[in-house]
Amino acid sequence: MEFRTLVFYFLATILIFASLLVVTLRNPVHAALNLVLAFFTASGLWILLQAEFLAIALILVYVGAVMVLFLFVVMLLDIDLDRLREGFWSYLPLGALVALLVVAEMSLVLSAYWEALESDVPQVEVGYSNVQAVGRLLFTEYVYPFELASVVLLIGIVAAVALTLRSKRKTKSVDPSQQVFVKAKDRVRLVQMAAEKDD
Amino acid sequence: MMVETLQALQQFLPGFLIPHFNWLVQLGDQLGESMFGTYWPDLFTLVWTLVKVLIIVSVLMFALSYTTFAERKIIGWMQVRIGPNRVGPWGLFQPLADGLKFLFKEVVLPTKADKIVYLLAPVFSFGPALIAWAVIPFSDFLVLADVNASLLFVMSITSVSVYGIILAGWSPNSKYAFLGAMRSAAQMISYEVSMGLSLVVVMMVSSSLNLVEIVEGQGQGLFADMGLTFLSWNWLCLLPMFVVYVVSSFAEANRAPFDLAEGESEIVGFHVEYSGMPFAVFQLGEYTAMLMGCTLVSLLFLGGWLSPVSFLPDSFLWLFAKIFAVLVLFFWVRATFPRYRYDQIMRLGWKVFIPICLIWLAVVACWMLSPWTIWK
Repeated sequence: MEFRTLVFYFLATILIFASLLVVTLRNPVHAALNLVLAFFTASGLWILLQAEFLAIALILVYVGAVMVLFLFVVMLLDIDLDRLREGFWSYLPLGALVALLVVAEMSLVLSAYWEALESDVPQVEVGYSNVQAVGRLLFTEYVYPFELASVVLLIGIVAAVALTLRSKRKTKSVDPSQQVFVKAKDRVRLVQMAAEKDD
Repeated sequence: MMVETLQALQQFLPGFLIPHFNWLVQLGDQLGESMFGTYWPDLFTLVWTLVKVLIIVSVLMFALSYTTFAERKIIGWMQVRIGPNRVGPWGLFQPLADGLKFLFKEVVLPTKADKIVYLLAPVFSFGPALIAWAVIPFSDFLVLADVNASLLFVMSITSVSVYGIILAGWSPNSKYAFLGAMRSAAQMISYEVSMGLSLVVVMMVSSSLNLVEIVEGQGQGLFADMGLTFLSWNWLCLLPMFVVYVVSSFAEANRAPFDLAEGESEIVGFHVEYSGMPFAVFQLGEYTAMLMGCTLVSLLFLGGWLSPVSFLPDSFLWLFAKIFAVLVLFFWVRATFPRYRYDQIMRLGWKVFIPICLIWLAVVACWMLSPWTIWK
């Protein structure tokens, strides 16, 4: 057995265990953490396939950004663990059906390419930068889908701003650009008073 | 495999030792081959990498402990105090004493804490800060892993350390720690945006994601041909990005004037529920992140190991000098500026830095396409 194969099985075992725990763990925060572990091992597998740009992007986007916000939400929600436990098994038939369907689809797709995958994976030469390769493809062949994706993201940003923007500020926070121009005489008034007579 | 790798070390040995060294290497190679057979080259690579990792980590830990010492001394001098001077000559053993003190303190586990996550949180904040050093080049050949996308790697790994903060706030089941964690995490995520945008500009002008290439790209240009290499470094032509990046790295490392996590007199941070060694690990993580920030500033904007003038040779000593200079800047800022209020931090990040970055991004893009471009 090759060294790479050994590493592959090591990562794959962790990946499967972590993904199983994501589904079965009761505590949503623990489940989210296991999902993070699953992302890490998946990116390890991609590095093994010499796709280091994709692997790093996976960590940057999913672990660094998406899962952090996910954890925020999960932690801020008032989650009743006992209610979550109720009816866990009653979802089994539906869940199994969906799982079977996904497995069937994936095996159909993969079996069509399996022979090609075994033989035709090109070994990249030393010094090959797949950052450049991905960039070139994105800006030439897939430029329209890429632009479309950025438009969708822009719509997302505008929607998020529109949802949270209130017409008038009701907070009493100060405006720093005005705050810096405050002089002592605006805040403090010195009063001269005659001393009171003590009768 | 092993013979070639180790023979490169010959140049660092005194002459009379070389034959003995070669004999030892040959012997080790034969022994390994007879014991592990075909696995030997891979196994040797693994062991050799681990040795390099060990060297980097131990040097880093040493630097880390003396960073705390240097910080206390330098801030002391700035405030006309003496600083630590009791333990050892000039107080030089102070970091050891601090470490021992942390070791002997009790680790308090809050009753309703999620114990595993509670103990895992410091690891999450320190581990990524260490891992990022794997791709940091100390000179054009002194680098553990010279990957193509090393800058991206550093960005993604350091973005993981925000988990340490979130989990440290959530796991002890304390409202104060949780609110503090929310604040610190939001601060880190916000400043990551402006940091990332300023890095995009750096990537654009050096047209590479590789840290070695980014540094070497700074050694060329009009001023470099005149012998004044330090004017060709990125800090001058990307001055707004340089400022944004340095200030963002103060915020990323939770350092003054953005150190709300430690604002002991007015606000509670995410690690209130930690004591003893777990707390020390958070501190170590913060200092590692700070050193990382200084190293990245030196590599990306200050020319890394390149010498500032062309008649002096390039050396990793230049890099260390630059890192130390940026580090002193961190201390200086801490001794000088008052702490920002939280809403001011967020305003600076979102309403000032991000627009500056976006505008400068467009300016540099136009500049690069124009006939007056200075980047070829």
